[in-house]
Amino acid sequence: MSDSASKPRPQYRNLSIPQILRYHLPLAGKSSILHRISGALLFLSLPLIIVPLFAASVTSPETYASMREWASNPICKLVFLVLIWGYLHHFCAGIRYLLLDLHIGMDKVTAQKSAGIVFGVSLALTVVFGLKLFGAW
Amino acid sequence: MTTQQRLGTKRLVVGAHYGTLDFIVQRCTAVIMAVYTLILFFGFLFSSEMNFEAWQHLFTFHLGALPVGQLLATLAFLSVAWHAWVGVRDIWMDYVTSAGLRLFLQVMTLLWLVGSIVYFAKVLWSL
Repeated sequence: MSDSASKPRPQYRNLSIPQILRYHLPLAGKSSILHRISGALLFLSLPLIIVPLFAASVTSPETYASMREWASNPICKLVFLVLIWGYLHHFCAGIRYLLLDLHIGMDKVTAQKSAGIVFGVSLALTVVFGLKLFGAW
Repeated sequence: MTTQQRLGTKRLVVGAHYGTLDFIVQRCTAVIMAVYTLILFFGFLFSSEMNFEAWQHLFTFHLGALPVGQLLATLAFLSVAWHAWVGVRDIWMDYVTSAGLRLFLQVMTLLWLVGSIVYFAKVLWSL
């Protein structure tokens, strides 16, 4: 038998949304919860947006052209931008976790710094892809 | 109970280490997806002109008789699905305390992912 359940641990289940929003999370904590949110977002959009988009883009020149046409809708572009951010954040934060698993950058200062790098790189790349998406060049 | 060991002075760890498998799967599939992302990105970058043919070629190219483009995409997508299963199941385990509701959500998650795999495979292997 496990003895880890012998002592009841305190539970706080009465947190309200405003309390959660007021709570000061360190940068690594923000990166962590956004890692989870972006992962859930990508999971939900997988059969709804990502695979249909892939299907239209590779099936035939006609489906490719029609995809390009309806993807020029600004609302579609906004949805793509959110998914692009989600992918990039999940990617960058995930690489940080892989490094932490290898015991690289485990100390508090480096871990905070690497969380900052995750935000810097993922947001910068989102801006680059966003500019491309909205036709800056 | 296959193994028993004490961690530190208090905690007794028991079980068949399914959690260890999930932990390792989560990391290995992450690496596979990251590598495939880079393969696609550089394939995209080094194609002289990005149009429909060049894009489709990334998923249909052959080496000899081997459909490498389709095989790589399939393996990467299976990694996505397995990775998502571990991650989404973690979310249900963290936030859903009712066993019945959790089971329901986990079954729905599996159906969602297996459906995605079949959908993706049909599109990819029809090319």
